[in-house]
Amino acid sequence: MSRLIRMDHTGHSTVAEWTADDPQAVEAAAEALRRELDRGYLAMVSTGPGHAEQVRELPLDAPTVILRLPISGG
Amino acid sequence: MSAAPTRVAPDQLLPEADAVAWRRRVDEGELRQAEWLWGLTMVAHIVPFLVVAVVLVVFEPLALPVSLVALAHAWIIPELYAQRGANVARPPRRRTHGPPEPGPERVALGLLGDLVGHEARDLHARTGLVVEEGRLGVWLVGQAGALLVRPRGRRVHCWCVRVDTRSADGGPGTGDPDLPAGDRIAHLLLALRLDEQGFATVANRAFAGARWRVRRRLDPRARPALDHARRLGRR
Repeated sequence: MSRLIRMDHTGHSTVAEWTADDPQAVEAAAEALRRELDRGYLAMVSTGPGHAEQVRELPLDAPTVILRLPISGG
Repeated sequence: MSAAPTRVAPDQLLPEADAVAWRRRVDEGELRQAEWLWGLTMVAHIVPFLVVAVVLVVFEPLALPVSLVALAHAWIIPELYAQRGANVARPPRRRTHGPPEPGPERVALGLLGDLVGHEARDLHARTGLVVEEGRLGVWLVGQAGALLVRPRGRRVHCWCVRVDTRSADGGPGTGDPDLPAGDRIAHLLLALRLDEQGFATVANRAFAGARWRVRRRLDPRARPALDHARRLGRR
């Protein structure tokens, strides 16, 4: 089961869950991802130790997609 | 650890860097230039006071107290710069009152623990900083900033960088007022992993200079993290 999670004040919230062989769950997760991207979140996928990639569409095979907020100079 | 320039796919550049398009993208050359300029600035601050201190005593021994004040300035000014650098490792002030809620902090730490290895997890528990090896050096990521320990471990760059909680939900002040500490670090860590040079470009440099100078000004709890990063950088 893959998860779309958003880092927020609760620690993190699970926004959607899906499996690649469940088209309805995939569509719901893709819609949830689009909604969060529109809100200003950025979607990240870990691609091995020390590496991450940004995604703009739901990667069906990723176990976890993490939504983060942008950063700025402090 | 290699410092060779790399070509990054456009979709894997940190998008936040677009907001600071006027800045030179941080790379090995920019870091060396910054180290040189910061060193020159320190000399420019220290030398005049040292000259004044010596000349005063040579020509008028009764001016010894003034000479001592000049010496104090020569010592204090670099220390203030180093303090500014060390401050990036301090947790930010919370906008809500009271202690952090343990539930969200625990959940956030769980996610952060999934992102890093056992060694980094252990170091974070002891020091509050997460260590991350990069191409430019070894990073120590805190809640509101990061330190970059350069290869050989003699120079440190300190960066102020924060999660922009105002950016979600479409308007200032409507985002999460207080993200858990673990989440703040996880945000910065993911951005760093996406594009290390972009991360350094977006962040504001607070200090670049001698590691020993920053170490003295760091919270004692955070010093083992800097020592660990130095060891990793010298490997």
